[in-house]
Amino acid sequence: MSEAILSVRNLRVVFPHRHGVLVPIDDISFDVKKGEIIGFVGESGAGKSMTGAAIIGLIDPPGYIEQGEIWLKNERIDQLDISAANRIRGRRISMVFQDPLTSLNPLRTIGDQLVETILTHLPVSADEAKRKAIAGLEEVDIDPERFNAYPHEFSGGMRQRVVIALALSAEPELIIADEPTTALDVSVQAQVLELLKKLCREHGASVILITHDMGVIAETTDRVAVLYAGRLAEIGDTQTLLRDPQHPYTKGLIASTPSVEYGDISTELFQITGAMPRLDALPDGCAFHPRCGQALAHCATKRPHMERNRVACWLYNDV
Amino acid sequence: MLLIILRRLGQSVFVLFLVAFVSFMMFRYVGNPVDNLLGQEATVEQREALIEALGLNDPLHTQYLGFVTRALQFDFGNSYRGAQPVADMILERLPATLELALVSAIFAMLFGVIAGVYTAIFRNGFSAHLIMSTSLIGVSLPTFLIGVLLIWLFAVELGWLPSFGRGETVQIGFWSTSLLTVSGLKSMVLPAITLGLYQMTLIMRLVRAEMLEILRQDFIRFARARGLPERVVYFGHALKNTLVPVITVAGLQLGSIVAFAIITETVFQWPGVGLMFINAVFFVDIPVMSAYLLLVGTLFVVINLIVDLLYLAIDPRIRDGQLKRQST
Repeated sequence: MSEAILSVRNLRVVFPHRHGVLVPIDDISFDVKKGEIIGFVGESGAGKSMTGAAIIGLIDPPGYIEQGEIWLKNERIDQLDISAANRIRGRRISMVFQDPLTSLNPLRTIGDQLVETILTHLPVSADEAKRKAIAGLEEVDIDPERFNAYPHEFSGGMRQRVVIALALSAEPELIIADEPTTALDVSVQAQVLELLKKLCREHGASVILITHDMGVIAETTDRVAVLYAGRLAEIGDTQTLLRDPQHPYTKGLIASTPSVEYGDISTELFQITGAMPRLDALPDGCAFHPRCGQALAHCATKRPHMERNRVACWLYNDV
Repeated sequence: MLLIILRRLGQSVFVLFLVAFVSFMMFRYVGNPVDNLLGQEATVEQREALIEALGLNDPLHTQYLGFVTRALQFDFGNSYRGAQPVADMILERLPATLELALVSAIFAMLFGVIAGVYTAIFRNGFSAHLIMSTSLIGVSLPTFLIGVLLIWLFAVELGWLPSFGRGETVQIGFWSTSLLTVSGLKSMVLPAITLGLYQMTLIMRLVRAEMLEILRQDFIRFARARGLPERVVYFGHALKNTLVPVITVAGLQLGSIVAFAIITETVFQWPGVGLMFINAVFFVDIPVMSAYLLLVGTLFVVINLIVDLLYLAIDPRIRDGQLKRQST
């Protein structure tokens, strides 16, 4: 479990615009180990999805990776041309998007889209590709009879299962699941997550699970990275981090997660005051300090970095 | 599926009856057919006889039914001028117009779609900007001006192409075609471009706009994330999704190509039904005008029907959506 299949080092993504540059991802480093599920959690705009887009090489222009490196095993993948990138996308790294209703081409059958992906990446015959596609559908509990059905003939949960089958169809090593259950009914969410977890274990694929839902993190992931304003606030084993959060933001995030336990409806939810700063108005020093109850004097001037520990906060690092 | 087709057919027939009614009203009430046929000098007996012969004393619906029955048998009466059957005149001239419309429609579709896709894919490139700016000319210049400019450049100055007429034609059954002779093809070039230029730029701009819209969709992003080559993303996934609106407009435009052919045919003295219609207007030749109206109306209805059926072929959601509504 210790071998890192993906290493991200000091990643910095910038978006130039008329009045300067926005930095949606600033100096993020992390590893993804083989077979693990790592969660990325944070508010909207914290840089979760952008990190996923950077890894798979689909940052929308004019954004680009200004600094840092992304390594897939022994291959550097952050500066690939399009044909080299296409040999990795779908083949070695796949992606599952938030909205299954719009992820599939409405005018083509799901079987067609599966076969297309398999034929693009694997050296197999058309018949073999079809067999693989049907096997893939069976794995996600879709009746193979519906091979020739169109996306609109499926429910949201089923479509997301088809998307998962598509993502897994070329046996990738890593799947980036960008809020895969946010658009689904609560009752279906657990089902889809469970399926994703099970299949990735079976196929030995690692997962980067992007979510804003602490509950999903707790149930699904092995490790978790907390992002705030494009920076990594804290990273660590899910159990340890949930039991003993260190960064004040992580603490706030956990405290503000509602828990549904029998008889426990009286406790009022904790709120982190204020809102995450806009990318064009980031404060100096620690991005979280204006909202932080434990801020020290130098929090406003010096930016904390993650050193040997797992948290970027002056409470735990020496100046 | 069959139900939808049948329903569309039914609607088409209904619309055609309406068109026939307008055409009939024009035939019957614009001017006085009896005066037109007999002139000022006719005696009262002659007039009575003709009115009886034309059935003008019958109730309106009988007259209308008679008109429709005759129209179904391609009997549109005789032209006031030359006393030739209108059906013969149309049949003689229709191939010229249809060939011209077809060639310019193919020209418009082909280049419109290619240029539209190109400008969408390379939307920030120099040549895409150039094409887009040039296309403004196609949209803003009136047809007759384009025709005259083309004649001036290619027929007068360069002398490459003929400036009027249809060239030599070959007779195949009742159909006289100019697509099989060199002079016929050469004569086709300028009018076809004149007629199709506006449609081409329109289709191009539409394809571009639709394509840009589709390229922003999640399933395109997902197709890219699956590692599909750009060619497959653009042509296998994006283009087909742009086709439904494009076909709608292109279909309607094909109808107006036939209608606009009046101007182009006049500029190029093209011996088609458009030119015939213009001449008919000069001489208030009502039977010709009303038959032309019926013809163009029919054409529009037929094209719309084809467009509707094409939707069904392209978009499975329309197939199913309709079926569900039918069954409940």
